Formats: sequence, structure tokens, C-alpha cells
Amino acid sequence: MNKEKRSLLLEDGRRLDGRELHELRPITMRTGVLDRADGSCYLTWGNNKIICAIYGPRELHPKHLARPDKAIVRVEYRLATFSVDERKSPAPRRREYELSKILAESINKILFLEKFPNGTIDVFITVLDADGGTRCAALTAASLGLADAGIPMNGILTGCAVGKVDGKMVVDLSDIEDKEGEGDMPIVMIHNTGELTLLQSDGKLTVEEVKEGLKLAETAIGKIYQMQRKALLAKYSQIEDQLDEIDDEEE
Amino acid sequence: MRSNEIISSLERKYLSDLIAKGNRMDGRGFWESRPIQIIPNVVKKAEGSAMVKWGDTVVLAGVKIQLGSPFPDTPNDGVITVNLELSPISSPSHESGPPGPEAIEMARIVDRGIRESQIIPMDDPKLCVIPGKSVWILFVDIYILDDGGNLIDASALAAMAALANTRLNLLSIDEETEEVSLLEETEALPRNGSVASCTFAKINDTIIYDPNLIEDRGKSARFSVAVTNEGLVSSMQKGESGTFFEEEILTMLEKASERTKELHNLIEQSSQAPELQEMFRFDF
Repeated sequence: MNKEKRSLLLEDGRRLDGRELHELRPITMRTGVLDRADGSCYLTWGNNKIICAIYGPRELHPKHLARPDKAIVRVEYRLATFSVDERKSPAPRRREYELSKILAESINKILFLEKFPNGTIDVFITVLDADGGTRCAALTAASLGLADAGIPMNGILTGCAVGKVDGKMVVDLSDIEDKEGEGDMPIVMIHNTGELTLLQSDGKLTVEEVKEGLKLAETAIGKIYQMQRKALLAKYSQIEDQLDEIDDEEE
Repeated sequence: MRSNEIISSLERKYLSDLIAKGNRMDGRGFWESRPIQIIPNVVKKAEGSAMVKWGDTVVLAGVKIQLGSPFPDTPNDGVITVNLELSPISSPSHESGPPGPEAIEMARIVDRGIRESQIIPMDDPKLCVIPGKSVWILFVDIYILDDGGNLIDASALAAMAALANTRLNLLSIDEETEEVSLLEETEALPRNGSVASCTFAKINDTIIYDPNLIEDRGKSARFSVAVTNEGLVSSMQKGESGTFFEEEILTMLEKASERTKELHNLIEQSSQAPELQEMFRFDF
């Protein structure tokens, strides 16, 4: 397909979807949406829709993968066949394998795995509708799923991509900005400690732009972290309400 | 033996004792369905989609369309293919990997119900772009997200509802070069009515409709039938190693003809959804 290079910024300096340079897309998060899984999260981020199911800590098969001193984390990141412009074949591709690996490495960092020797914690993430920035959204969702499953954690992962579009550093790239922009830098952090657990980039960025990007990401991640907190508190205040109702009935 | 085929002997005894007394674990009558909700048009990138909650089973179906070559024996017909994934998201006993026999059987049951009913007329001129060379190919992909039993009926409903809101791009064809380009404008996928599936399970000597997860695991035989809105039987599938007698099959067909009327209504109601809807917004 022949595509002419189009401008990704409007005349008033806004982005194609009307956002300011440093503005996030709307994000919603809900935990406990699935009955079978030990923990789950459904997250929407712009037009991204992500479902995440957590199982574990549970027995690990095949046994030879087991570690006698700690649990392992298995992550499967998948794109639904209909989540992208051209139908994706149902079999996982190289991109999905790579992302699954680096997402698992991030999740490893926030769990007390030594508490569950020989076991596994399985994280299944499926992108049901994709619109750029899915790996950051995936870890943001997986963290909530893990918390929903009641798995002991020492932090929450929060992600956001930054990048360069028409020479300007912008926050939270959309699909078009990701594909047609000049650079993309997905970042995942543990907000409370400031540690980076995932950092990638592609495209051409100056060192100054990387610096600016990191600062922008930190601010955006702070905002998203507050949304995650709210989503988790909402879940527990719901349980609290239900307990109150039961107490009232008993009285 | 896979873990999802295991049912504890306690659970099995509980199930058969209850059924012997004329009861079901969730209080339903033998021919009664669980509540059903269809949320149509939920995936922006798909040309058609629907999420179905059937009891506590959740299924998402999406349709992608693509131009491709027709089969040599039907050079003017579009192509439809149904694929189903028992995602590990849906149950601790479903493992990742390519679809196994169970998922493939379900996909083929759903596929046959749609294909053989000709509800989507594959010979419609709208599906043929350049005879013998280019036709629309419809990929119906079904993802099981929460396995609460009776996946066949929930999947068939999701697939049908997704097809009911599928849009085809209008095309412009250069007559000399036969170059085809997609236009922004779309039209509805041709459709003549709808088809719906009814699945029954045999537990001991009793037949029940719409088995839940535990009933699904405890059944000795399964019977699924797809019925069109005109009352025609477009596909049947008997499953598992238990058996049925002729009169049992006739009873199930009669119950299915009655029951599918409601399902056809649900499909028609859900087909009017021009706006993108929110997933997981269920009323129950």
C-alpha cells in the first residue's frame, strides 16, 4: 500500500485524535470480571481492550520447569485475531513471544516468588482490540489481576509509552502515531520506588529526547498509578459493602 | 485424562441424586435455560463482533473480512471459516497451544450450523468481487473467555450475533487492470435470517437442556442441534460415548424448535447496534 507521509499534528498543535501532546487517552480498569480465573482484570485504554486472567500460585506442569527455591512466572501475551487491521493468524508470532518474555521479567520483580517453591503463577493476557501501547497496558492490567488474585506483591507495575511525533515528544502514542511517528519508547515502572522494569525504544531519538521522554513517562505513570489504586480500592469497598449487608441481615 | 474431564465422584453422585429427584443444582427445570445477554459490536478493529454471556459462560466472537481467492469448485462464492479458541483465560484446565480436538469439534459444529443453513448466502453477488479470482473471505473467530459450561450454544450465538452486525467495505474496481480498492463506505453482510444452537446433556437416564459446567463434566452423552428461524434443522451433532434412543432425539428436536424461537429474537434485537458497545457490561 502506498501511503503518503501525513502530518500527525493538527495546525493548532493538537494530535490527530484531538489530544494535547502530553495528554493520556481515557483509561478504565475493572477487576474480578471472570469467574474461573483466580484473578482477572479488564482494561480499556483508548480503543485498546485487554483481558487478563491470573492462575496461581499453583502446581507446575511439566515438573522439570519447577524451581525448588521459588515459583516461576509464566506469561502469555496474545493478540486476538480480530484485534488488528489485517486478521492475525491464531498462532503466536515472534512479537508475541518476545513480549511475553519481557512482560514476565517485569512481573518477576514485583512478586514474592520465594514464598511458593516449586509452583507457578500464570498470567494470560489477550488483547481483544489493539490501538497502540498494548504492552504497557498489558502490564498495567496484569498488576491489577495479580492483586485481584490476592498474590503477595511488593509493588504495582504501571506502564505508558512516550514517543516522537512530528518532531515533538508526546505521551501515550496511538496506533497511527506508533506506526507513522518517528520514535516509540514504552516504559513500565514501579511507581512507589521509581524503578524501571521495562524499557524499549525504536526509531530515532536524541539523548535529550530520551531524557524528556523519561520525565514525561514518569508523570503519566503517576496519573495511571492513581487510577490503578482507585480500581483496587473500588473492589475492596464493594466487598466491604457486601459484608456490611450480611452483618445487617444477621442483626 | 485431562483435568477438565475429571469430576469428583462426590460431585457426580450429588449431580445424579439431584437429577433423580427432579432438581438441578442451580434450581432450573430440566428444559430451562440460564439467563442470556448479547452485547453486539464490541471490537473496533473487527468488521463484526459480539460478546455473549450465557449463565456464567462468557464468549467473544469477532469477524474479520479479507479479499482472497475462491475455491476452484465455487469460483463465484465467498468463503467462511470458523475458528474457536478454548483460551487458557477461560478455565484453569484449558491450556495454551494450538486448538485441540475439543475446540476443533466445537468450531466445526458452529461452522456447520451457519454454513449448511445458508443463513449467510455465500453465493450472493456482494461476496464475489471478480469471478474466479477475488471473493470476500469471512473469518469468524471465537474466544472462550469464561467457561461456565455449554460452550457450543454460547459460541454459536456469539458467532451469529457477530455476523449479524458485520459490515463489508464497498469496493471500486478498475475494469481494465482489475485492481480492487477498498472504500470507506460499508454495507451490511447479506443475511437471510438466523440460526441458533440447542445443546442437551444426558445424565443417568435424564436429559437436560443447557448444561452448566458441572453438568457438562458429568454428562454421559451430548446432543446439539442448530435450527434456523424458519424451523429447519441445519446441523446436528451427538457427542460423548453415552447413547440416545430415537424418541429422546425427537423430544430434543421438539424442545429445540421451541427454544430457538427466543434465541432468534435475541439475535434480531442485538443486530441493531451502530455504535461501539462496552464489553463486560452485563446485567446479571
